[in-house]
Amino acid sequence: MEGFELIRQGAEAKLYKGLYLGKPTLAKERFRKKYRHENLDLFLTKERMKAENRAIVRCKAFGLRTPAIYLVDFNRRIIFMEYFEHNIVLKDFIEISPVEVLTRLAVNIGETLGKMHESNIIHGDLTSSNMLLVNKNDVDSFDNLDDLSLVLIDFGLAYVESSAEDKGVDLYVLERALSSTHSTADRMFPKILEGYQSYCPSEFKEVFNKYEEVRARGRKRTMVG
Amino acid sequence: MVVAIGFEGSANKLGIGIVKDGEILSNCRRTYITPPGEGFMPRETAQHHRQNILQLLKESLEKSGLRPEDIDVICYTKGPGMGAPLAMVAVVARTVAQLWNKPLLGVNHCIGHRFARVLKISNDPSPGYNIEQLAKKGNKYLQLPYCVKGMDVSFSGILTYMEERTNSLLKAGYTAEDLCFSLQETVFAMLVETTERALAHCNSDEVLIVGGVGCNIRLQEMMGQMCAERGAKLFATDERFCIDNGVMIAHTGAEMFKAGMKLPWIYSSITQRYRTDEVEAAWRDD
Ligand SMILES: Nc1ncnc2c1ncn2[C@@H]1O[C@H](COP(=O)(O)OP(=O)(O)OP(=O)(O)O)[C@@H](O)[C@H]1O
Ligand SMILES: [Mg+2]
Repeated sequence: MEGFELIRQGAEAKLYKGLYLGKPTLAKERFRKKYRHENLDLFLTKERMKAENRAIVRCKAFGLRTPAIYLVDFNRRIIFMEYFEHNIVLKDFIEISPVEVLTRLAVNIGETLGKMHESNIIHGDLTSSNMLLVNKNDVDSFDNLDDLSLVLIDFGLAYVESSAEDKGVDLYVLERALSSTHSTADRMFPKILEGYQSYCPSEFKEVFNKYEEVRARGRKRTMVG
Repeated sequence: MVVAIGFEGSANKLGIGIVKDGEILSNCRRTYITPPGEGFMPRETAQHHRQNILQLLKESLEKSGLRPEDIDVICYTKGPGMGAPLAMVAVVARTVAQLWNKPLLGVNHCIGHRFARVLKISNDPSPGYNIEQLAKKGNKYLQLPYCVKGMDVSFSGILTYMEERTNSLLKAGYTAEDLCFSLQETVFAMLVETTERALAHCNSDEVLIVGGVGCNIRLQEMMGQMCAERGAKLFATDERFCIDNGVMIAHTGAEMFKAGMKLPWIYSSITQRYRTDEVEAAWRDD
């Protein structure tokens, strides 16, 4: 890939940065994983490229901020998409920010997830690595929350589903990911739920009940027969 | 420092192991062997365990050189497995815990057993080992349900699929070897993938494999490849950890204990259908 530079090796893909039609572009290459059987590898790669593309387009249609898709190349296993220049991964932001800022941000995250679920998009891999904060004024400054907008990324495990159960599980996956990574998780997660509820009060109850159910099951699983 | 004793008796093997901060102090076993393919019956297996367990407990304690008061936590296999032997061992673990006044933890056991039963694979030395040997001879890959959610995996889809279709697949030209091969490739791919997700998410570069399936060479090879592709290091524990045994249960229980898990008495039951995918890896540091 000419002019593209490797910026990171994620769990699934190699991420390159470069220019495509003159625009800053992220190339996400789901390279062949040699550890797994060739057929399985090909199948999963295609599934996930399709899923990612579909979910991102759907998010856009429902007014959620996600990277614009430029090109999907199944042969080379690459999706070319909009690169956000002035971004910080949520995971890093959490580590450098005071808890007051984080709880405020958490409400915003909840609203965004509420909107995503309202559009019947299940993310499938909600973690603090899969959300970006992008500076609205095109500068590398991340001190003022009001200057940042939240962008969801990494939709390879996403799918469309309207059931409260799947939405509840999505929230539970996020809670687990946060609490295993960040000491501030127990302050943030209730605020995420609060934001979610304020965005879709009518749907919230059912999703929240399912979330609690899944969570209780998760607890019980470890301990109870 | 945590000293844990583990009771394992979900299948034909009865094992009691004692570990102290990962170090194995004792690891004693008795195996109830049945003719290949026949499968052990619950009642006879439970009987075998009942006849051996107290002697084995004594043996294990003596070997470790510890007294009951040195032990911090009692661990036993909750499942999955056969009801009668599981219950038998759980009763002893519970009684011992009350006698010695120690906390009790139930630990989950791996999926190899269920699959082995579907394919009528011998239990000697262990189903997992035999699946691995058969898988080496398989080469026709069958696509099986693949399910990862974030950093979690679910095996229930695969097991149901296999339980429902094994006979027709065998008739359709897949050999038992092919099915073992496909099962291994799929299940391990899921495990390796979620491990890689955890690594990427935590910016970590070290993997440690433990547990029953951890001594499977193919799994180690796949983990090794994944690690090599991202410049991480793989540690595989020595094989005493890797067979179905009391040590494994003690070790896992010790980790759960350290993570602050507690099990109220009324919940100290067993379950035949305790599935690997239902376990919350709360002791996993990711
Ligand atoms: N559109 C984008 N603009 C800027 N940076 C991005 C963009 N998409 C992804 N990144 C960066 O690349 C990283 C990995 O992207 P992504 O999550 O899509 O891939 P992944 O293989 O799942 O990686 P990981 O395992 O780290 O989550 C993100 O955490 C972020 O730092
Ligand atoms: Mg990601």
